[in-house]
Amino acid sequence: MNPFDYKRVTTLKDAISAVKPAASVFLAGGTNLIDLMKRGVTAPETLVDINNLPYNKIEKTATGIRIGAMVHNSDASEHPLVTENFPLLSLALKSGASPQLRNMATTGGNMNQRTRCGYFYDTTMPCNKRSPGSGCSAIGGYTRMHAIFGTSEQCIAVHPSDMCVGLAALDATVTISNGKSEKKILFTDYHRLPGTDPSKDNILQKGELITAVDIPFNKLAKNAYYLKIRDRASYAFALVSVAAALDIQNGLIQSARLAMGGVAHKPWRLFEAENMLQGKRPTNDNFLSAANLAMTGAKSFGANQFKLKLAPNAILEALHLAAGKSAS
Amino acid sequence: MKEKNPGTEENKGSSRRTFFKQSSAIAALALTPVSIVKASEKGLDEKIASAFEKMPLRVEINSKAYSLEVEPRVTLLDLLREQLHLTGTKKGCDHGQCGACTVHVDGRRVNSCLTLAVTTEGKKVITIEGLAKGEELHPVQQAFIQFDGFQCGYCTPGQIMSAVCCIREGHANDPDQVREFMSGNICRCGAYSNIVDAVMHAKKGGQQI
Repeated sequence: MNPFDYKRVTTLKDAISAVKPAASVFLAGGTNLIDLMKRGVTAPETLVDINNLPYNKIEKTATGIRIGAMVHNSDASEHPLVTENFPLLSLALKSGASPQLRNMATTGGNMNQRTRCGYFYDTTMPCNKRSPGSGCSAIGGYTRMHAIFGTSEQCIAVHPSDMCVGLAALDATVTISNGKSEKKILFTDYHRLPGTDPSKDNILQKGELITAVDIPFNKLAKNAYYLKIRDRASYAFALVSVAAALDIQNGLIQSARLAMGGVAHKPWRLFEAENMLQGKRPTNDNFLSAANLAMTGAKSFGANQFKLKLAPNAILEALHLAAGKSAS
Repeated sequence: MKEKNPGTEENKGSSRRTFFKQSSAIAALALTPVSIVKASEKGLDEKIASAFEKMPLRVEINSKAYSLEVEPRVTLLDLLREQLHLTGTKKGCDHGQCGACTVHVDGRRVNSCLTLAVTTEGKKVITIEGLAKGEELHPVQQAFIQFDGFQCGYCTPGQIMSAVCCIREGHANDPDQVREFMSGNICRCGAYSNIVDAVMHAKKGGQQI
């Protein structure tokens, strides 16, 4: 690992000013950053340790709950405000990584983790995300883990987070501070597609810090499921994952939320499929129609062709599992 | 020359810090590859020296207080093994993928290979060496022996440290739950079924875990 300066900060103001130099980055849980530094994928000159910032609480607000950026993934997954109101998020969190890593990982850090594309990690290979303009080794390479939606000619990597798929489905908002003012943006607008600049995973600017994620209360808690398909039973990144939540009243779907992981450069919200399900009965035919609609525009790149079949099947299964919960 | 650290004490002539910088810069020049030597020729030696500088670290490890000096890039795993010779904690993958390096920091199980030692300032670390009470093995250690929860034994310290927390967290209520919440510890010998038995036995034993 390259040598670096280490600064511990306790206030937002100090954190923002310490991270201003070009080669300074924030250190939260470090589960991704330290790994990337060991592999030489990134080599910051200064780490600004933000673990002592006061954003470590989960609170009830007037309209929902607020999860501080420094709340650990394990704590969020078990917090009563999360498990009672947003079981979908709890399931998504628990399906990610391992108990040890979840104890270290934070809400803000999880959002900012980099792709696990093998070519991004392999510093001997071209990668537009790691080294802009060098080319994409995945296109024409081994693509089992790669995207089928929202790809560009420069990058077909996927965002690896499970937590983010849950938050995207739950209409969460992100609070970002620059030390002077705050802005709130929709979670679904936080991560971006690769386009012509795959080096940028999200819209966070230099000198900005995520301080919290808010989730509005909803009526989706009774019928929610996070289905993760992966190469091992646990502790593996998703080939495809689906967050599904339904508000079913009098046998009709009042509203639906669907998002997928492992298929795009960002958590992939399925707005059209959600709209199609609204007002319909929770039947296999309707779920199948929604799954097929969700696949519009999907495109495979060789070894990930199986995702074109796996993804709609996963959506169908997740919808059934979500709907099935109300039967008892 | 000072552009990276405006306003820090180096500008105020702290002699001890300056000495560290100079001496580590010389060591850096003697030991490091051409790229860094070139960097220093460009007037960046101050920055390099600053990065190599050791930081004070006060941490309690296995109920013993330590006052140490570590480079910021040293992981907790390397501090334990290389500097303190607590070699019970194992380096498997060194990338957070195998769990062999699992220790407890303030009662929580973490991967010490991805934990920078400097981030444990003021914290309490427990390693496999700190689990037994003198000659009396911890119930989970005892259970691993009783149920043959290992073959080569390399992953075992991590498995045991993880298992202790798995039980304390309340995630050892049935074999499936143990499998899920022990999934961060890989055993290439494949002793999993015996490990699950050992964890379940320790949980059911009713002893203080």
